[in-house]
Amino acid sequence: MKLPIYMDNHATTPLDPRVLDAMLPYLKDDFGNAASRNHVFGWKAEAGVEAARKHVAALIGADPKEIVFTSGATESDNLAIKGVIDFYRAKGDHIVTLKTEHKAVLDSCKRLERMRQERIDELKMLRLGELTGRDVTAEEVATLEIKHDLEKDEQLQRWISKVQTGARVTYLDVKKDGLVDLEQLKAAITDKTVLVSIMLANNEIGTVQPVAEIGAICRERGVLFHCDAVQGLGKVPFDVNAAKADLVSITAHKMYGPKGVGALYVRRKPRVRIAPIIDGGGHERGMRSGTLNVAAIVGFGKAAELARLEMADEAKRLEKLRTRLLNGLKSKLDMLVVNGSMETRLPGNLNVSFAYVEGEALMMAIKDVAVSSGSACTSASLEPSYVLRACGVDEDMAHSSIRFGLGRFNTEEEVDYVIDLMARSVGRLREMSPLYEMAKEGIDLKSIAWTAH
Amino acid sequence: MAYSEKVIEHYENPKNVGTLDKEDPNVGTGLVGAPACGDVMRLQLKISDEGVIQDAKFKTFGCGSAIASSSLVTEWVKGKTVDQAGTISNKEIAKELSLPPVKIHCSVLAEDAIKAAIEDFKKKKAARGR
Ligand SMILES: Cc1ncc(COP(=O)(O)O)c(C=O)c1O
Repeated sequence: MKLPIYMDNHATTPLDPRVLDAMLPYLKDDFGNAASRNHVFGWKAEAGVEAARKHVAALIGADPKEIVFTSGATESDNLAIKGVIDFYRAKGDHIVTLKTEHKAVLDSCKRLERMRQERIDELKMLRLGELTGRDVTAEEVATLEIKHDLEKDEQLQRWISKVQTGARVTYLDVKKDGLVDLEQLKAAITDKTVLVSIMLANNEIGTVQPVAEIGAICRERGVLFHCDAVQGLGKVPFDVNAAKADLVSITAHKMYGPKGVGALYVRRKPRVRIAPIIDGGGHERGMRSGTLNVAAIVGFGKAAELARLEMADEAKRLEKLRTRLLNGLKSKLDMLVVNGSMETRLPGNLNVSFAYVEGEALMMAIKDVAVSSGSACTSASLEPSYVLRACGVDEDMAHSSIRFGLGRFNTEEEVDYVIDLMARSVGRLREMSPLYEMAKEGIDLKSIAWTAH
Repeated sequence: MAYSEKVIEHYENPKNVGTLDKEDPNVGTGLVGAPACGDVMRLQLKISDEGVIQDAKFKTFGCGSAIASSSLVTEWVKGKTVDQAGTISNKEIAKELSLPPVKIHCSVLAEDAIKAAIEDFKKKKAARGR
């Protein structure tokens, strides 16, 4: 067994050697531009891209013509959300999504909200200018809008109804296990809703959403369904038709392919349209301009092929490893809590809070093992994981969480090593923890007036 | 994030981890921070009647920098008078451990812990005096 051990396969996965082998010719002799129509270099590159497109499509039960290559799932999420809002504006401007979505989805939505708000603020300035008969600055709006009761101003409300930028967004809560509440989803869809964006599987707690039910609701209500399928593909079955998905974000580097390449599935029947967010030479049927990253796309195709062929066996193996890990930890440690559901969960995911121990300190203790934590200390912000918080996990327990992401190349031996190391490290840190001592003495930690800082 | 050597040294070999008898009239206990914020420090000082710190113990729930900050101050305060210990500032702690900006709050907490422990001791002493 070799150290360090990589057990952070939700962050990224290692490149499968078979993927690398498939890519190499395109990094050497077959370097052509897939858009070069008039020579053999171009044709070879194009053939590589088109073969990859077939494999990516086959993984999700799509037609190759429905695959748009992108630079990764962040771009795919941006393109799906902003592209739909831009194209379907005449129909509506409302999005429904989950509080536990990836930042690529949430921050795309937030930007659209901000754009709409900025436009409204401009209109308020103009309207106040009319009402006061003088030039009103942005700083004055807050006070003047109350004075002039803009909320009831019909002229302004008429203008706002004509706003052509941005969107309105509903962020749905999730249940304790991370699952969407389908009744809440139905209730959130209005006649202005054009898009529902809900992920296949969560990147922190591995919750697998009931995408078929979500897709059916969306289809029935006539709204588009975008699914960020990044974490689930190659781990759990997913088919665009079973899920009635209209747009699907995919990335190669979470399924043993290279980084910096992904795709957006865009349904053709019934046809879904999106406005591009990158303008240029009109590649990818005008939806995503830019010279294709041929070698990476070829690797993506190989990774998708392997994922499709090996998923069933791999999922079983990962689930067995995961069970071994959880049982091992439970047998050696008390006071640990699994975050998320054990029923609808990615096979390789385990997210555990080790009470009274802080996640970053724990990661420092197990420095030969790469995992991640929902602790604030591991992020730039001081807030612990928003995903865990949305699932109702207390802040202190969110600070104590560790995410294990088992993948294709992890072994039983590695799992056993990690169990042992975790048990020792948690034990050592608990001996150092005032909270553990107090809990052992039977002191209710919630009864203490802590000094928040 | 990369940790400084001193943080790693204190984290791997923390000095003075433990518990003093909080009922002892010569022991001052400072408990600062909050579990919800991800760090809680408990610093205990055994202080002679002359006001000299004879022993110091800590327990900390928090990241490596928080553990290192508390370990460091237990070493610094030993042998100091209460007044001297009370002047230890978070800046000195942060500098000694080369804490990055996002970890400054760990050193602030350690300073607060010293002050809280001294405060507790003084309160006990005043109560005794009455
Ligand atoms: C659920 C989810 N969506 C989107 C992304 C972003 O993907 P990419 O790294 O390809 O931009 C990730 C990975 O970080 C993810 O886990």
